[in-house]
Amino acid sequence: SIVKHTEPVHNVPAVSDGKHMGFAWGPGDILVYETLYKASGMFFSLFSSFSVVCFVQGSGSSLIHEVRKDEDIYSPILRKLFNESHHIFVGLQTIREDLPSKSKKPQFVSISKNYRSVIRACMEELQQAAVSTGDEDVSKQYGNQVSILLAIELIWNLCEVLFIDAAPAGSLLLHLLDWVRLHKAEVDEKAREVLQSESPAEHRGYWDVVVSYVLQGRLEEARQMLVKQATLQPALRSMYKLMDTLLAKMPFYNPGGTQTLTEFDVKWRHWHEEVDRCLQDNSFASNQHLELICKILLGDEDSLLECKNLLSTWYHFLVTRLLFSHPTVKPTELHYYAQSCMTMFLDSRSVPEPLDSILLAAFEFDIHQVIKDCSIALNNWWFVAHLTDLLDHCKLLQSHNLHFGSNLREFLLLEYASGLFTHHSLWQLAVDYFDHCPEFGRVYLELQIERVPLETERKALKVLRICEQRQMSEQVRSICKIMAMRALRNNRLGSALSWSIRAKDAAFATLISEKFLEDYSARGAFSDLDLIDNLGPSMLLSDRLTFLGKYREFHKLYGEKHFTEAARLLLSLMTAKIAPRSFWMTLLTDALPLLEQKEVIFSVGQTYELMFCLEELTSSLNAAAPGSDPVTKVELLRLALARNLAMAIVKEGTVNT
Amino acid sequence: MESINAKYVSQKISKTRWRPVSHSELQQPDIFATGSWDNEDNKISIWSIGSHASNGIEDGFEGDPQLLCEHKHDGDVLDLQFLDQERIVTASSTGAVSIFRHHPKTQTLSNSQHWSRAHRYPCDNAPCTGVVCSSPEIVSVGEDGRITVFRADQEGVVRVIDNADSSTIHAVTYLRTTEILTVNSIGQLKLWDFRQQSSSPSQIFSLSGDRVPLHCVDRHPNQQHIIATGGQDGMLCVWDVRQGNTPFSLMEAHSAEMWEVHFHPTNPDHLFTCSEDGSLLHWETSSPSDMPSFLQGGKSSGVISRSAMAPAGGNQSLISAWLSGDSSKGRLETTHMLPSQTLSVNSLDVLGQCLVCGTDGEAVFVNRRVPV
Repeated sequence: SIVKHTEPVHNVPAVSDGKHMGFAWGPGDILVYETLYKASGMFFSLFSSFSVVCFVQGSGSSLIHEVRKDEDIYSPILRKLFNESHHIFVGLQTIREDLPSKSKKPQFVSISKNYRSVIRACMEELQQAAVSTGDEDVSKQYGNQVSILLAIELIWNLCEVLFIDAAPAGSLLLHLLDWVRLHKAEVDEKAREVLQSESPAEHRGYWDVVVSYVLQGRLEEARQMLVKQATLQPALRSMYKLMDTLLAKMPFYNPGGTQTLTEFDVKWRHWHEEVDRCLQDNSFASNQHLELICKILLGDEDSLLECKNLLSTWYHFLVTRLLFSHPTVKPTELHYYAQSCMTMFLDSRSVPEPLDSILLAAFEFDIHQVIKDCSIALNNWWFVAHLTDLLDHCKLLQSHNLHFGSNLREFLLLEYASGLFTHHSLWQLAVDYFDHCPEFGRVYLELQIERVPLETERKALKVLRICEQRQMSEQVRSICKIMAMRALRNNRLGSALSWSIRAKDAAFATLISEKFLEDYSARGAFSDLDLIDNLGPSMLLSDRLTFLGKYREFHKLYGEKHFTEAARLLLSLMTAKIAPRSFWMTLLTDALPLLEQKEVIFSVGQTYELMFCLEELTSSLNAAAPGSDPVTKVELLRLALARNLAMAIVKEGTVNT
Repeated sequence: MESINAKYVSQKISKTRWRPVSHSELQQPDIFATGSWDNEDNKISIWSIGSHASNGIEDGFEGDPQLLCEHKHDGDVLDLQFLDQERIVTASSTGAVSIFRHHPKTQTLSNSQHWSRAHRYPCDNAPCTGVVCSSPEIVSVGEDGRITVFRADQEGVVRVIDNADSSTIHAVTYLRTTEILTVNSIGQLKLWDFRQQSSSPSQIFSLSGDRVPLHCVDRHPNQQHIIATGGQDGMLCVWDVRQGNTPFSLMEAHSAEMWEVHFHPTNPDHLFTCSEDGSLLHWETSSPSDMPSFLQGGKSSGVISRSAMAPAGGNQSLISAWLSGDSSKGRLETTHMLPSQTLSVNSLDVLGQCLVCGTDGEAVFVNRRVPV
């Protein structure tokens, strides 16, 4: 009754109107849209949401429905489950493979317990929220989630006992008793109610509590309750005394003690015979309650089935029956008793619920069946992914090849992580899950990470860090490019350049450097000096960027009146072919004021080189398109160069003689 | 570490800040504010860690932080500062700067002032990355490279420096009342003097060579020339703004972006940093002293003597402590303050003996016994 399909059904109104619907699978969600039906089968070829949007507009319908596959990740309380279990998951992955299994087992058990305590904490919070909310629908929704978590925890706990802890005969039953006690805690509530009443022994729930205690093997508590009745009925004192002795004497196996299992078995048989004798000689015949308890102690099936209401589930019946008939049951024998208890307990007409089949499969040690059934019955991947991962670490999943993907563990983890990745905030958790899927994790991450929307630089930096840590150079480039393009669009050349430097994207750095130079040509001044002055070694990323940095250096030298150095740098920008040809005229024009200084700055050799540059430029200019404006400038330059040459020859000649 | 307390809050936390305590009393803080990011609906929230004698909770047990109130916040909360006891200034990814008022009597939050598009591009919003305030003045910086000055009591903008930076400004702090410091994404620390009308910084300090982006900046509470910054490579830099224009010392700290750095406000021998790598570090310089070690006693007595002798201007021995930054000589000790973590610690704040930090793992950690 607990596990069921709780996926909310979305009624897309158009469907009921008999319209044909198209759909597109997203990584987590599904888009459903109205369409005009054409028998071409084209809907199924539409995969990207982009094409869906176009298509819908074309068909004249305006509604697109987004159907969420997994509602759970949008629950604020369940988000805590995802976050906390992520932490446990990452811890589990770091347990070293090479440790001897003896020292690993306690670690696995404690990790399993951690997972369960997170489930329990979440369940408690949901329960509180269900009570405190005023909204009936919300309360119901929380209630549903609680029942799902309850079932999950029940299954997990059983798997922990049977598979992870793998308790041997003797201890096995003790663990199963704990399991039943934990999940049938109603008896404690009832006991509180009885004990708080004025006269507990006369409360109508009194015997139910006593019997429930016995059924769970909580004999000490049962004895304490019985004392209250005994004092009320002095006439039956000896009978109560006898029952008390029987209960007190029932042996329980002590796994830490010195007693062997065989010794325990002998002792238990003696006790069993003693109880049987009491029943045979009608010691309790005068009190139906005590007689029932006596029969329960003997493991009498009919008497146990009389307590169906108190047991409430077939697996409680199973554990109680084992306690009083087969306390040294071996793991391999469990499936036989489980099957028979289920058949005996359930109505022959009723069909077992999914939860029953899952637990039965667990008792049969059919791990794959458990995982498969859980995958079908539960509405989220959280449980199967984490449990399968843990069982896989315990080396319990023999290489069970799927017909697709790599193996069961990885398949389930990928499904779970992909679901997380569709969430606007939880996507960060998914990264670690992908990291621990050796075969396909990286491909999944590569495909998904590029789709994370980057609203701010801070988020971009976080995504970038994820990619850089994993040497995903393709994605790093793509993210930097997106950010650089955005900066460029917003006319933030400095930021754009920074992003392309980070991506080592030479082509884009060139593009932006050209923008800077255009800007300079237009305004006659540089923008973003703080950046350009501070390029450092990143200047070498592209030729154009190098030129930009060096050209700015020239301006700085000129501004600081280091004319000789400035002149040398200016010339080398042309002769070393760092400057683009289109910029030479600007450079030569920049040389003019240096040529016209009183002092000779360009040497004879340098002047010749400048002349050579000018001629090379004019010849190519003439070839292209002769204009009037450059010509006057060229004339001016030629004149200045000739004058400088004359002065330089005189000066150098003077020095030589 | 045993006194650290995790609370899962179902939202990734981008900022955590203690509400200031009044100077007259030497009390520990008990209220803090958080801001979230990356959610469909982001929030600012006010939390209480309970007064120290609350609800008859027995000694030794300290409850979770309790949510007092919350308010929707448009966009990611990229920065958050208390203007005073009741007002909080936030920086939003939408480019807005807002003031929220916390009403302690009704335990509600209201939006009392809002400057939308304080940071913007010609045709788009630009995220506001940081705010700093010294009531009533508020300074904000953003991805648009703009510096904007507001007054809490005025609707308009007091001053704007357009194109203050050619790249993104990541954080801002006051150096003195009229001077602020900004750090940017190309590894520069800039000093701005508001007394001058110029739109360029009065000084630029930079990391040599690598242009590693800087993400956070804090000033030494007593010696105002000592500045700590943290950058993309997780390195802690200490600068002396009186001399040179490169960092005084560089210390390896984290393996990824350092998101915040804070000197302890009253015990500046202690410094705290947090990072994208999921760690939170406590740095301690042992002040060199002529006293023989046996006279210095244990940590607790050290605290007393230190606070007793530290005058307002600070003492000289502390200066050399941070500016030497020499961990090899055992003067600098670092301690991890969180149990193993994988997801980013985005923000931290420390006041008195209390520290609060928030993570991308949607958890808030509170430590009430920071050994300072």
